[in-house]
Formats: sequence, C-alpha cells, structure tokens
Amino acid sequence: MSAITTSQLTKIYNHVPAVDNLDLTVEHGELFALLGVNGAGKTTTIKMLSCLTKPTSGDAVVLGNSIVSASHAVKEITNISPQETAVAANLSVSENLMLIAGIYGQDKRTAKKSTHEMVRKFSLDHELNKKAKHLSGGMQRRLSIAMALISSPLILFLDEPTLGLDVLARRELWKSIRELKGNVTIILTTHYMDEVEALADRVGIMGNGRLKATGTVAEILKLKGTNRLEDAFITLSGGVL
Amino acid sequence: MLLFANRNTKEVLRDPINLFFGLGFPLVLLVLLSIINTAIPPEANNPMFEIENLAPGLSMFGSAFMALFTGMLLAKDRTSSFLARLFTSPMTALDFLLGYTLPMLIMAIIQGAITLLASCVVGLPLSINIIPAIFMTAVVSLFFIGFGLLAGSLMSDGAVGGICGALLTNVAGWLSGIFIPIDLIGGLFKKIAHLLPFYHGVEAIRNVLFGNYSEITLHVMIVLGYAVVIFVFAIIAFRSKASGDTV
Repeated sequence: MSAITTSQLTKIYNHVPAVDNLDLTVEHGELFALLGVNGAGKTTTIKMLSCLTKPTSGDAVVLGNSIVSASHAVKEITNISPQETAVAANLSVSENLMLIAGIYGQDKRTAKKSTHEMVRKFSLDHELNKKAKHLSGGMQRRLSIAMALISSPLILFLDEPTLGLDVLARRELWKSIRELKGNVTIILTTHYMDEVEALADRVGIMGNGRLKATGTVAEILKLKGTNRLEDAFITLSGGVL
Repeated sequence: MLLFANRNTKEVLRDPINLFFGLGFPLVLLVLLSIINTAIPPEANNPMFEIENLAPGLSMFGSAFMALFTGMLLAKDRTSSFLARLFTSPMTALDFLLGYTLPMLIMAIIQGAITLLASCVVGLPLSINIIPAIFMTAVVSLFFIGFGLLAGSLMSDGAVGGICGALLTNVAGWLSGIFIPIDLIGGLFKKIAHLLPFYHGVEAIRNVLFGNYSEITLHVMIVLGYAVVIFVFAIIAFRSKASGDTV
C-alpha cells in the first residue's frame, strides 16, 4: 500500500478547475516534490490531502484513510507547515510547541519532552521564551515546521517551506528536512528547482491543475531530453525557453 | 479544547490595549459619570447617572467589548493561517467554538465583577445579589461573543475593529439606556431600543442586582434569543470557512 494515492482528485472554484482529475501516488518515506508555477494547483492539492478543504470530486487515500469519508483519521496522522507562517503570535516558542503537541493528544510530560526535542533539532534554544511575533522570518519558519513535526506525523505537508528565506536559512532548513527522509513521508511544494534537486526523491510537475509529469529528477530530464530541470519544467509548463 | 481556550486567553490578555478596554474603560466611565451625577442638582430629578442605574449599564457596556476581543482574535487567526493549521488538526468544531467562547465568558465575569464591585465603592449597596448579577453579565455577554465570532469569521481584523469596536459598542451604549434616557425620549427610539438586546441586557442585570427576579424573564429571553440566533449564524459562517475553500 502506498502512503498516498489520489484518484481523479478534483477541486473546482467558480467553474474553474484548480486541480483537475489528479492521479498520483506517493510511497512511504519518500519526499515527493510538487513543482509548478503560481496557480498550478500545488497548494490546493496540499489543502485537499491535509483535509483543509473538501474535493469537488474524486478522492485520496492517506495511509488507508479516505480524505472524504475519514478526514478525522487523516488529520490524526498528518501535519502541515502552511505557506504563510502559521504561529500563535503572542505565545512563546515553547508555548506554541506545547499547544500543538497537546492538541495532537500528547500529555503534558510527553509534550514537554517533544518540545525540547524540537527546540534542539531546529536550534530554537535561544528563542525558547521569546514571543513568536518577535522572531525573525527564518526563525518563525523553523518554528512553523517544528510545530508540524512535534506531533510525529506519518505524513508531513510542507507548503513552500523556504519561501522568503535567505540562502543560509534555506540551507539549514534543507538539512533538517533531509534528516526526516525515510522516517516521514513528505509532500513538499516549491518554486525552486535547486530545492527539488537537493531534496526530492520524486517530482510531480503540475500545470493548470493537472499533473504534467512525474518521476525522479533524472527521469524527467531524460523525458525532456535536457540536463537542466528548469528547462524541462518550462517545457512541461508550456513556457518558452 | 482547554488547551485552545488557554491559548486564546493568553493572546487576549497579553495585549495591553485589550486590558484597558476590557477592564479599564468601564471603570473610567464609572468614575466620570459618577462625577457628572454629583454635579447634577437634585431639583433636576434626573436619576440616569445614579449608581443604581449606572452600575448595571456599565456592566453590560463592558461586556460589549467581548465582541471586539473575540472578533479580532478570530480574524487574526484566520488571516494569519494559524487557523488553517488548526483546521488540519484533530480539533473538532466544538473545540473551536468553546475554545473561543469560554475565555471570553470568563473575562466577562471578571469584568462584570470588577465593574460592580467598583460601583460599591462609589455608593452601590453591597449585597449578595452582586454574585448572580455578575453571572447575568456573562449571560448578556453571550450575544456579544457570538457577534464577535460572526464578525471574525467573515471580516479582516481591521473591519472587526470598526464594526465591533466602534459601531457595536456605540449602538450598545446609546440604545441601552446608559447614556440616553430611553423612556423619556420615547417614540420610535424607544421602540427600537426595546427590540434590541442591549436595553434588555441592562434590565436583566439591574433586576438581578436588586433581587427583582420575577421581572427578569422577558429580558433574559430576549437576550438569549438574540444570542442563540447570532451563534447559529456564527457557527454557519465559521464552518463554511473551516470546510470551505478559503480560510
């Protein structure tokens, strides 16, 4: 059984399909990157798979649970770091982490232990008692991802996790994401080719709500007869080289 | 649910402006209007700002700010994607509803207690009825909390500030009888005031405060009726955002 299987997953807004009969499969422990221009349907796909929004038609099975009929079960085993940094502004770093840990069912002792683990993992030690609104953008993003991981999800959705970060912060975050591979199934959406090349086991290129191509980076390069992922992406997205 | 309620309590209390408007502003009004009352000559025979009328009025007026706190918090959560994060968690609709409502109810109780006890300092007779009057303030605040939930589900935090902070508090103040003698003005103004929950909220608190429990039924029914209706709309709006296409 794959970790995620979508079956003609569709989302229509105002008669326009944002996601159009999407069929994709993600295997256990892999990092699957969804690449696409703005409006390609990446975030809408993530929203449906994380049960933030219901599909118009079709379905997806996430570790044996349908997103349509068993969304509560899906929510218990998944977590998301949204595109916009989603933290409780007036709570401290530790309070934010404890909150999410508790919401996902951890008792106080376990939540404290998990919090310390995440703080160490994401180098938030010096910011523990700082209010989230006083953190830098990069730190807020790290906290957001830590909040996504603290519940020990089996599936993690990262929606453009390095958007707006400087190169040093990006590289640090890549390192943290790489350490998760194999243990957690990760769906990552991004605009950055270098991020896909650095992190992804497999890639799905989306355009106009449809999956244009899937495969490893090497497979996609071979498909388009190029040695640059950007060129392959532009060709598949209908752009001009 | 309690974790979420605890978080919401912290978010509200850690904003000093909220503390001023929630707790300080009714006290400021209490002092100012009491001073005005002492300046009104007895021959004018105007009991409007006497403490027996002022105290329940300001208790209701203070609870109106719960709409602002609830609405701003929900609007900020919604527009910052923090709520989107929580919607993907195992939290249920009831967790959200009670998580936003309970802290505001507790704040309404504290605010009512501070206002009524401060009123005793300026002349309100201290009696055991203050305790049920404080809880009646919380009952009245349910309408405002529901209004805040509705506004926060639909509007940006800036718009919530305008609607709940400026418009609703003014309407609540002017149409409740605190600042304008409704019975004296009469006519259409009185009819409108009697149709809305603000006047009835004040009357419910006043009657409980003075032990006139037989007089509270109609007022409580109207206040609770409005609260139920506004909560229904708030739940519909909230759920549509929770399961809908944008948050």
